[in-house]
Amino acid sequence: MSCERGCTGEMRYDYTELDKTLAYYGGTDGSLITVLQKAQDIYGYLPREVIEYISAGLKLKSAKVYGVATFYTQFRFNPVGKYLILLCMGTACHVNGAKTIEEAIIEELGISDGETTEDGLFTLSNVACLGCCSLSPVMMINQDTYGTLTADKVKEILDGLRAAA
Amino acid sequence: MRILVGQGSCGNAAGANKVFDVLVSAFLENDIKAELLSTGCIGACYLEPIVEIIADNGDKCTYVRVTAEDAAQIVEKHIVGGNIIPELLMPDEDVKALESQTKIALRNCGIINPENIDEYIANGGYLAAKKSITELSQDEVIKIIEISGLRGRGGAGFPTYFKWNAAKNSPGAIKYMVCNADEGDPGAFMDRAVLEGDPHSVLEGMLIGGYSMGATEGIIYVRAEYPLAIWRLEIAIEQAREKGYLGQNIFGTNYSFDIRIKAGAGAFVCGEETALIASLEGERGMPRLRPPYPAVKGYWGRPTNINNVETFANVPWIVANGGEAFAAMGAVSSKGTKVFALTGKIKKGGLVEIPMGYTLREIIFDIGGGIKEDREFKAVQMGGPSGGCIPKSLIDTPVTYEDIPATGAIVGSGGMVVMDDTTCMVDMARFFLDFTEKESCGKCSYCRVGTKRMLEILNRIVNGDGRDGDIELLEELADKISAGSLCALGQTAPNPVRTTLRHFRNEYEDHIHNKKCTAKSCRALLTYSIDEEMCKYCTLCLRACPSGAITGAARELHVIDQEKCIACGRCFTACKFDAVLVE
Repeated sequence: MSCERGCTGEMRYDYTELDKTLAYYGGTDGSLITVLQKAQDIYGYLPREVIEYISAGLKLKSAKVYGVATFYTQFRFNPVGKYLILLCMGTACHVNGAKTIEEAIIEELGISDGETTEDGLFTLSNVACLGCCSLSPVMMINQDTYGTLTADKVKEILDGLRAAA
Repeated sequence: MRILVGQGSCGNAAGANKVFDVLVSAFLENDIKAELLSTGCIGACYLEPIVEIIADNGDKCTYVRVTAEDAAQIVEKHIVGGNIIPELLMPDEDVKALESQTKIALRNCGIINPENIDEYIANGGYLAAKKSITELSQDEVIKIIEISGLRGRGGAGFPTYFKWNAAKNSPGAIKYMVCNADEGDPGAFMDRAVLEGDPHSVLEGMLIGGYSMGATEGIIYVRAEYPLAIWRLEIAIEQAREKGYLGQNIFGTNYSFDIRIKAGAGAFVCGEETALIASLEGERGMPRLRPPYPAVKGYWGRPTNINNVETFANVPWIVANGGEAFAAMGAVSSKGTKVFALTGKIKKGGLVEIPMGYTLREIIFDIGGGIKEDREFKAVQMGGPSGGCIPKSLIDTPVTYEDIPATGAIVGSGGMVVMDDTTCMVDMARFFLDFTEKESCGKCSYCRVGTKRMLEILNRIVNGDGRDGDIELLEELADKISAGSLCALGQTAPNPVRTTLRHFRNEYEDHIHNKKCTAKSCRALLTYSIDEEMCKYCTLCLRACPSGAITGAARELHVIDQEKCIACGRCFTACKFDAVLVE
């Protein structure tokens, strides 16, 4: 069985880790968000199949699971690159030129908010506030925070990551 | 000898983790026997990374803006050689500015190792909880908080004792004490600093409050964007359990209380109590009508009290020192100290904790060092998306829960974003509406659709397409959205527009009628040209231009083709001779 989107009908995901999560949280009311967070940690995003799997595991309608997942900005429904750039769009960063930083990233990587580079290395995601306001403008790449950015500094950082990849 | 490296998220962003790594390897290499530890944020973010060396006799040296090279030097000259490096020391004026603050919520931040409970205990930690639980009745604890005059530090400024009392008086065998650590207000980061720098003060505050209302469980709802805070809270909770401060029969009494962490998933509206509860229950974070208040019917329908991080951090100090000591500081009805996050176009950005009642001028100029590059102060934004911009003419307003609302802004969680003459007020209003429009949960039509319409109008104004009647339309929408929304997000969403219209109406008029942005910030309204007299034909601007709009060559006049110009301003930044003009 196959469909035009390339689904084969077979399980494409390894559910070993997710099964453990579901077993641990399955009996606790209100743990849907935590389960979704763990699932995203495992797969990097929330594929449709995984959402269906979670809804079956928690005995919830998949529309309900999807409804909760889409409410929160943390959840992603498409795969992300090796480096996830969280670009801060908070007030302090805005006042100190976050726009210029965004343009520098767009120019360097050719992607805008929510997109991933073709080589699968970088994903850009604009976020509300990273709480490092006194070092604005700021961005976070995976777990590292970079502050007092300039257009040149951004290019240097991205070049460095690309070379290391 | 003790060596402390400030490693809050801000310190690490400035390079503190690299400094720490250099120190670790230098210590191993030279077999140095000294205590090296990472601590939280001391508040002076503009001086990060900070390395503090405390000699055995208590003498303290604070090195600032330390690079990896500096760190190697500090090891060689100071730690091994015993000689202070004067040029790296914190300037005297900054030492004075730090010493002039009164630190209660931030009392341990940057001083103790947040990952070691013994250091918190050595500074008097958990004594207030012990006193509360073993010596005081629930009412006596609430009375102390009432005398202190402590008001919620998260934004609403509601008296803390009142909420605790209401939750205590609600019948129920199971009650919850919730800490709102979903610091979503863009421009505020004091909660992050407390969680990263002194997590036990929050746990102890929750324990004391939990005891006073009879809570059986505590939950910390913390932003997923704060991984370091979550990590340190997890360690702190584990250590507190080991010591018996959390769990069954605390301090040998029959009181039992435990705390767990719930990571938020990113939704500003979850700062609202009822939305936060919905999110805790694993639902979409949408607010509901109050009453019933959470104190009566909250998490899983049971009595629930919710306070913010900074509020909890004050509690152990208040119980230890007495409500009167806290009430002795601050202004008439705004007692105690408050932490403010100074950011934007300010010289000394960071966290400051001072008694309430200081004027904005004192905070921005005396403590914050004034405006970057000595430009002109234009306004300060307080209260984030629910707040407003306070203009220069009101800079002598004291920061209290009464005086700030009179300007149209709110104290909020204490974020202060300072703006200079290059910040456009219409664009600021647009920025905040863009935020609230995205963060609206969609439940109330006025908020969901109204903020969208307001944003559309503001977008067309900054793009030079403003029309007659737009200002009046904004005012009408503002009133309707406030009246027609269920929760504070919608009710206050128009505030940034209201305050800028009130204090900077001329900027709106300039944008709409004269197609002019006086702050020279709205690109669609700017024209770049080259001053023939000033141009030195150096080709710097030409090379900086991303759209190939500048023609010319070395020793040939440069000209900007207005058709191709995208008004990005890079030529303006590149020019060293002030030859690029902006109109």
